[in-house]
Amino acid sequence: MAETSAAQPVSLDPSRRRQLAEFWYYFSENRGAVIGFWLFVLLVIVAILSPLIAPHLPYEQYRDAVLLPPMWEEGGRAAFPLGTDPVGRDMLSRLLYGAQYSLFIGVVVTTIALVGGIFIGVIAGYFGGWVDTVIMRIMDIILAFPSLLLALVLVAVLGPGLTNAMIAIALVLQPHFVRLTRAAVMTEKGREYVTAARVSGAGPLRLMFRTILPNTMAPLIVQATLSFSSAILDAAALGFLGMGAQPPTPEWGTMLAEAREFILRAWWVVTFPGLAILITVLAINLVGDGLRDALDPKLKRS
Amino acid sequence: MSLLEIENLVVEFATAAGQFRAVDGVSLSVEPREVLAIVGESGSGKSVSMLAVMGLLPWTARVTADRMEFDGSDLLKLTPTERRKMVGKDMAMIFQEPMASLNPCFTVGFQIEEVLAVHMGMTRAERRARAIELLDLVGIPEPAERLGSFPHQMSGGQCQRVMIAIAIACNPKLLIADEPTTALDVTIQKQILDLLVSLQEQYGMGLIMITHNMGVVAETADRVIVQYKGRKMEEADVLTLFENPKSNYTRALLSALPDNATGDRLPTISDYLSDDATAAGVAP
Amino acid sequence: MTAVLEARNIVRDYHVGGGLFSKPRAVHAVQGVSFSVEKGKTLAIVGESGCGKSTLARIITLIDAATSGELFIEGQKVDIAKDSLTPEMRQKVQIIFQNPYGSLNPRQKIGDVLGEPLLINTSMPASERRDRAMAMLKKVGLSEEHFARYPHMFSGGQRQRIAIARALMLNPSLLVLDEPVSALDLSVQAQVLNLLADLQDEFQLTYVFISHDLSVVRYIADDVMVMYYGEAVEYGPRDAVFADPKHDYTKTLFAATPRADVASIKARLAKKAAA
Repeated sequence: MAETSAAQPVSLDPSRRRQLAEFWYYFSENRGAVIGFWLFVLLVIVAILSPLIAPHLPYEQYRDAVLLPPMWEEGGRAAFPLGTDPVGRDMLSRLLYGAQYSLFIGVVVTTIALVGGIFIGVIAGYFGGWVDTVIMRIMDIILAFPSLLLALVLVAVLGPGLTNAMIAIALVLQPHFVRLTRAAVMTEKGREYVTAARVSGAGPLRLMFRTILPNTMAPLIVQATLSFSSAILDAAALGFLGMGAQPPTPEWGTMLAEAREFILRAWWVVTFPGLAILITVLAINLVGDGLRDALDPKLKRS
Repeated sequence: MSLLEIENLVVEFATAAGQFRAVDGVSLSVEPREVLAIVGESGSGKSVSMLAVMGLLPWTARVTADRMEFDGSDLLKLTPTERRKMVGKDMAMIFQEPMASLNPCFTVGFQIEEVLAVHMGMTRAERRARAIELLDLVGIPEPAERLGSFPHQMSGGQCQRVMIAIAIACNPKLLIADEPTTALDVTIQKQILDLLVSLQEQYGMGLIMITHNMGVVAETADRVIVQYKGRKMEEADVLTLFENPKSNYTRALLSALPDNATGDRLPTISDYLSDDATAAGVAP
Repeated sequence: MTAVLEARNIVRDYHVGGGLFSKPRAVHAVQGVSFSVEKGKTLAIVGESGCGKSTLARIITLIDAATSGELFIEGQKVDIAKDSLTPEMRQKVQIIFQNPYGSLNPRQKIGDVLGEPLLINTSMPASERRDRAMAMLKKVGLSEEHFARYPHMFSGGQRQRIAIARALMLNPSLLVLDEPVSALDLSVQAQVLNLLADLQDEFQLTYVFISHDLSVVRYIADDVMVMYYGEAVEYGPRDAVFADPKHDYTKTLFAATPRADVASIKARLAKKAAA
């Protein structure tokens, strides 16, 4: 069929490297996304290397250095660059170790929500009918609750702690994946290549997971990055409410909780964990934005 | 003076794999009241060259030409405002997918009147009257009731008629039809082509018909340009092209028509172009 | 010669509406169509959009069930509404679609596309599947280097060749082709038609060729069936149908097809000069 745009000069090298290079070309169009990407890489490096680069241990309390301001302020000490918290622990070290927790939470929660959500969504989208109706009504019920409230209820039932907080958040995030997957599966189900696979003799399982699912990944990847940041935020919120990670865990949200009463007296105890959360979530959201632009075939230029 | 005069048009796109030349030095001209057919397969650049004339290419395209004049004005030097005054009024275009070319959220009447409102400055009553007149002209029954229909309530053929109505609303001097009947059934195709040709005669418009169907060319064109991979292969009046094609590519196209088949197998382009690759400057 | 495909009074109705806001109504997509095709021959089904030819294609390919009527493939009665489809029967009929850009899985390499039918239906080891796929790829005119590529790296004509290769992997006896060349350029169309003719000779394939392009139909068909609003309004050998169409719709269809020959151009120009 004649096309109204230029014929496509596609790259003929199917190797992974060429595909990655092409992907990077589209991704790097979005400056913000690239900045976010490198920030995230930095975060990962910091998290991995935190035992090596942190000046102190996160649990170590220095009784003689309680509530010290950052080193550029009056009264600060070079040994504690970002100051200390109410029980004399080094802020910088706790922040660096906290990166591990945040990443851990993001990865685990997103994985659980993604895998569970995809599985349920594929079944709902493929079979339709009453299966679809039942599944979607359950998801609607979960979505009707304010997510934090639901997470709180679950944590209250299961008991406070980081693991339970992660399960709760994953459960709350799942309906988004189910919805996305279901919509994508329903769109792809009617396409000719699926019919062609059926004519080749493929059964429902193969059709669902080998034929249709790989073609629905793009919006899911974007949602996964956004869920990553949501997970970190929700975990921080739960930690702030005392229902997530328990002290003395250097999780950023928990650090905020401990610092509630010091907002006016010692601003650094509250500000730095808050900034850390902000920067991390911003970086991930920028990456997610860039991913969506890069993976959306309609926005592709050539 | 020619209605449209293009000399050495080059259109390049910036792509992930470097610069891509969609149109490579095409020159053509259209006289007033003439039907010019641009024939080519996909990738020949026939649509891109006309989109360049209309100024409808994306920002990634770079358009250069020695000359590009429409009705005396230099298209290369127009400001966006001046161009917007001209496009849709003196120079109009209709596209291949009629269902997709109309805005699904607005009624047909609204879309026709929109063109009139932008270019002609009529009152609301005048616009409505003219819209009904146009729908009647393009052969839509019960035009007054149809004004309130949405595109999805109409068939492909009817949508294409509406597109034509929008295009001729301001009595353009030049109408460019980009594969207007490719997406339509054969019987509807005939009706639309007849409509286009009769409107062209009635209003004295220049008509550029872009197509890949040699049958459409034979039935509508006065003059024909054959394009291949962004270059002009041949230009001739329609009878000469079919009777005595000069370029190997044209001959290949004509013999690939199943109607012209002699023997068991259809000849293919490579049968004609393999020795001629250097002459054409391209490989098939 | 036994008929590879025989259809008797195929009817297909769809029930639309019947929700909260609209009354249910029946759409009669196919209304009592009968025909038969012999081994090695081509039946062309001609019609415009909405005539039911694609619905009929899906019924013949055993994707959808007919509402009523009988379908015989290689003499065996097949009814997918009643009995489930056996793998043997599944392999006998294959289909090639119109849109070369939609019929291949964008995330599957060509080699896997061709090997998948074998993977699902046979217990061949991977190396044998690979060899078979490579052989078929070469047979349709592509080469080894194409084996590991993705569909978007191919042109429309090449994709149709891959679709043809995939359809042939299971050695079907009947191939349903739903407007296989309509979306292709003229020169590419010629190549694909030549390929189909060669394959038909080599494998003794039977074709049901759906098209709206009469010039293609005249070129490749042995028998022609014209469909209009779900009914077969004309059915007979190609030469008979083209020389002497009986139904009004067939005559309209022939008259509407643009003619690309010198005589009609001369006539048109003469008429224009006289006006």
